[in-house]
Amino acid sequence: MSDSAKNAVRPILDTVENAAATPDEVQPFAELGLKEDEYSRIRDLLGRRPTAAELAMYSVMWSEHCSYKSSKVHLRKFGEGVTERMKEHLLVGIGENAGVVDIGQGWAVTFKVESHNHPSFVEPYQGAATGVGGIVRDIISMGARPVAVMDQLRFGAVDHPDTARVVHGVVSGVGGYGNCLGLPNIGGELVFDSSYQGNPLVNALCLGVLRHEDIHLANASGVGNKVILFGARTGGDGIGGASILASETFEDGVPAKRPSVQVGDPFMEKVLIECCLELFAAGVVEGIQDLGAAGISCATSELASNGDGGMHVWLDDVLLRDPTLNAGEILMSESQERMMAVVRPEKLDEFMAIAAKWDVESSVIGEVNDSGRLTIDHHGQRIVDVDPKTVAHEGPVYHRPYARPVWQDELNRNSISTADGVINFKRPATAAELRETALKLLASPNLASKSWVTDQYDRFVQGNTAGAQPDDAGIIRVDESTGLGVALATDANGRYAKLDPRTGAQLALAEAYRNVAMSGATPMAVTDCLNFGTPEHPDSMWQLVEAIEGLADACLSLEVPVTGGNVSLYNTTGELGLPDSSIHPTPVVGVLGVIDDVRTAIPSGFTESGLTVVQLGVTRGELDGSAWADVVHSHLGGVPPIVDLDAEAKLASLMQQARSAELIAGAHDLSEGGLIQGLFEAMLRRDVGADIDLIDIVERDAVSAFEALFSESTARAIVTVPDERAEQLRELAEEIGVPAVVIGRTNANAKLRIADYFDVTVEEARTAFEGTLPRIFG
Amino acid sequence: MSDLKSARIGVITFPGTLDDRDAARAVRIAGAEAVSLWHADTDLQGVDAVVVPGGFSYGDYLRAGAISRFAPAMSAVVDAAKGGLPVLGICNGFQILTETHLLPGSMIKNNHLHFICREQNLIVENNQTAWTNQYEQGQTITVPLKNQDGQFVADQRTLDELEAEGRVVFRYSGGNPNGSRNDIAGISNERGNVVGLMPHPEHAVEVGFGPELTGSQTGTDGLAFFHSVLAHLVAA
Amino acid sequence: MARVIVDVMPKPEILDPQGKAVNGALPRLGFTQFASVRQGKRFELEVEGEVTEEILAAAREAAESVLSNPIIEDVVSVTVAEEGADK
Repeated sequence: MSDSAKNAVRPILDTVENAAATPDEVQPFAELGLKEDEYSRIRDLLGRRPTAAELAMYSVMWSEHCSYKSSKVHLRKFGEGVTERMKEHLLVGIGENAGVVDIGQGWAVTFKVESHNHPSFVEPYQGAATGVGGIVRDIISMGARPVAVMDQLRFGAVDHPDTARVVHGVVSGVGGYGNCLGLPNIGGELVFDSSYQGNPLVNALCLGVLRHEDIHLANASGVGNKVILFGARTGGDGIGGASILASETFEDGVPAKRPSVQVGDPFMEKVLIECCLELFAAGVVEGIQDLGAAGISCATSELASNGDGGMHVWLDDVLLRDPTLNAGEILMSESQERMMAVVRPEKLDEFMAIAAKWDVESSVIGEVNDSGRLTIDHHGQRIVDVDPKTVAHEGPVYHRPYARPVWQDELNRNSISTADGVINFKRPATAAELRETALKLLASPNLASKSWVTDQYDRFVQGNTAGAQPDDAGIIRVDESTGLGVALATDANGRYAKLDPRTGAQLALAEAYRNVAMSGATPMAVTDCLNFGTPEHPDSMWQLVEAIEGLADACLSLEVPVTGGNVSLYNTTGELGLPDSSIHPTPVVGVLGVIDDVRTAIPSGFTESGLTVVQLGVTRGELDGSAWADVVHSHLGGVPPIVDLDAEAKLASLMQQARSAELIAGAHDLSEGGLIQGLFEAMLRRDVGADIDLIDIVERDAVSAFEALFSESTARAIVTVPDERAEQLRELAEEIGVPAVVIGRTNANAKLRIADYFDVTVEEARTAFEGTLPRIFG
Repeated sequence: MSDLKSARIGVITFPGTLDDRDAARAVRIAGAEAVSLWHADTDLQGVDAVVVPGGFSYGDYLRAGAISRFAPAMSAVVDAAKGGLPVLGICNGFQILTETHLLPGSMIKNNHLHFICREQNLIVENNQTAWTNQYEQGQTITVPLKNQDGQFVADQRTLDELEAEGRVVFRYSGGNPNGSRNDIAGISNERGNVVGLMPHPEHAVEVGFGPELTGSQTGTDGLAFFHSVLAHLVAA
Repeated sequence: MARVIVDVMPKPEILDPQGKAVNGALPRLGFTQFASVRQGKRFELEVEGEVTEEILAAAREAAESVLSNPIIEDVVSVTVAEEGADK
């Protein structure tokens, strides 16, 4: 016990004994976010009223964020029906801190995407920074070395006065934290849409690498083993709401209001990474858990309930940054850069020596026992005595009502192509109009170059980056001797998901899958971050349920299991029940693929002149929800493009075989903005132009030149082939069943020419593409 | 020393160092043995040269390199460097070398205030140092640049001295990325055994993992740093 | 040229990574006299002519709204620098 605790006047605490004796004491459960029936359930579970500290624990652990109480019944679909074949490469499945995938040769990778949306609106820099920090600790806690990050950012309209504040803060925060950790940022997403005004989405993904035998799990087993809290000290971070508990205890002179924001210390986190890896290598850690949301409440209750079922904690031994914190606050604090380990007594000295080497403060705060209870003492008095499972795993589960919104049909009827059979949105008709439209899209904020953001991120550190934005997928080497590695991409199109959440989620999966496949990698596993509106309204609940079901079905079709992820609800800022009450439903889907030698990955874009350009896949006149509809007509309505998972799988198979046979020189997937945007991006990758003729697409697919250029039909890509391999590729495509049509050749005159329509030079395209974000954000 | 294979090059790790494993990899690819050195150790383990790698030692919170300069390992490096030990400081390592005064000047925040990561062209202005003797004088090389505090500043007298004595080893080409005085990217001490630069040669040593492969670019322009020091050691 | 000096510090309850890192380094270098370190920011706002009450009020407003982030920082003082002082 600390000196200050010894010297203090024995405080009047809300002990277990006291709680049992004062059943009628009024408790601020509602202020802590608990519903009346949830509070009653806690009383039933305990057979008495909870102590203030217990109330704090239950309230954070039973929050939507920690308990997934609204989404849980639906998320089960990700686990249901997963085939043996899908499980074959899963070393750790859904439910742990992150899933672990076997990639062969004794190597495994772990990856997960998570949200930090609300904190990033309140304090963009720290919100984004601590978002990165949190997901990185999830990956460390699996026993892995973090090796890369990606960020999926969605902001309000570019021209809204508040957007720049959020953009600058978030981008600096992601960069400031990630760069300081030495993690290459290999890609992500950047979207501007007024639906995210006042509710930006900041999702971050981390990838970790480990050997099979290095897997660590969050459980506290082995009676007598020590529970160690290490890393940063515990302060009053992120417990704004919990300060009302202060009135129930003895302290005077506490800060009037605890900060609701958390401040990150990336240097501490970097040291913590190296310290943990050294602890793992030394074999001194039995179980480990990172501290994120709900802090010590979460770590102790999860470790205890996943282990032998009992743990005792001496709260006075928690090293505090702020000595005025009360027990509830210590238990709820979300101070960053902390980890909790379970260590055998005989390994304790070794643990402490390694921690000391890295200047990491550590303190034994508890011990594993076989009581089946989580008990916590403070100032020598028992303030918590609970069954840890009731805190960690047996929170409330809701079957929230959901229903197709009343406005959905009208939204779907409002197609940009036809309204009652009449074309009502002008399409570019002349060559000049097509050219102008193409450049307008290229320069639009959502299609323009993201270099302004990604140039603020280190993509080279660690020396294993074989691909990074603007490539279709980020590619990381895992094994230096063999070149074994992984490709990663994430996608989501909120506009499509708004039109049809089920299809939208499947389209997100399809696009991420396709992006990974472009490199020739074999897609293996999925992570997702489901960003939706309030679950307490049937509209957004319906969107969530549709998206989960759609995604689960599509994962089954493509045989890629969901290994973990995160749900962010309550992204609602408007009046309920209207089409724009909430953000666009945004199911961010990340796909991980494996590639046996990253040095043989298919490059992104045009690599040299004199290659045949082939379009793979079929073009339909699909323009609802498209970039063209958005940029030119500010229109959102109709139905999103058709999902063809069979075609996606075939395209991926073609890319894998073409890589093995070295048929393809370069590739680029087609998605937002359609073929023309894909051609521009392929050209700008290395300033290699192309002469393109649309005639064969127009005739084969019965579409107009405009549709050939701007339609966003899925399962499409452009690839380049050396002449001597062109026939082989054609045969392979035919054999697999991927429609392929030659559309032109790469040229040496740094110009994109669409025959019969227009030319754009590299310089003009580059000016349009790269000028936009620097002009807006400086 | 006459045998390349027996060359041992130390790479120091501080709390917050990021590019130590990358520097060690570059040393190995160049054909030498990489020896890990810990900031708290005073013993340099008899290495033939030292790389002070990049990162954010101690978070760069006080000033970049300001706390690391006091590390026991750095005292040993400073003494050995004065005796002629080849020392290369990359990025944060360069910042640490300026804080120890092995090299003059200092780095402040980039003039545009952003972290910047890009492929950077450099002109080799002095190919007579321990770390640049395998380059052609005036050669243009491409290596990654990635930092927040990369703007080299020094008083006019120091700048004049550096220029007059040929101690500007690298200059930025194709645009000054951070406002550095005289476009300076890297400098050396009088003797030429200590070199510091902001860009990262250790990230341009393997085809496919460094700068883009376009035209005649191989993406491995950084490797000659490590070949240079080996040549220097053999000649010594 | 008169100057208004604005001092901004991280709020006491907010983690100050900078101060913490310096605090960790001091004892290693023999400075054992200091219990803790916090690192803040100082701004010097130069004014043409005299610092009037209005200018000082404007400086206070700028300090609260622009120079500090009220979520994580406090403005601890807004003062007028003496002529020739602090040079």
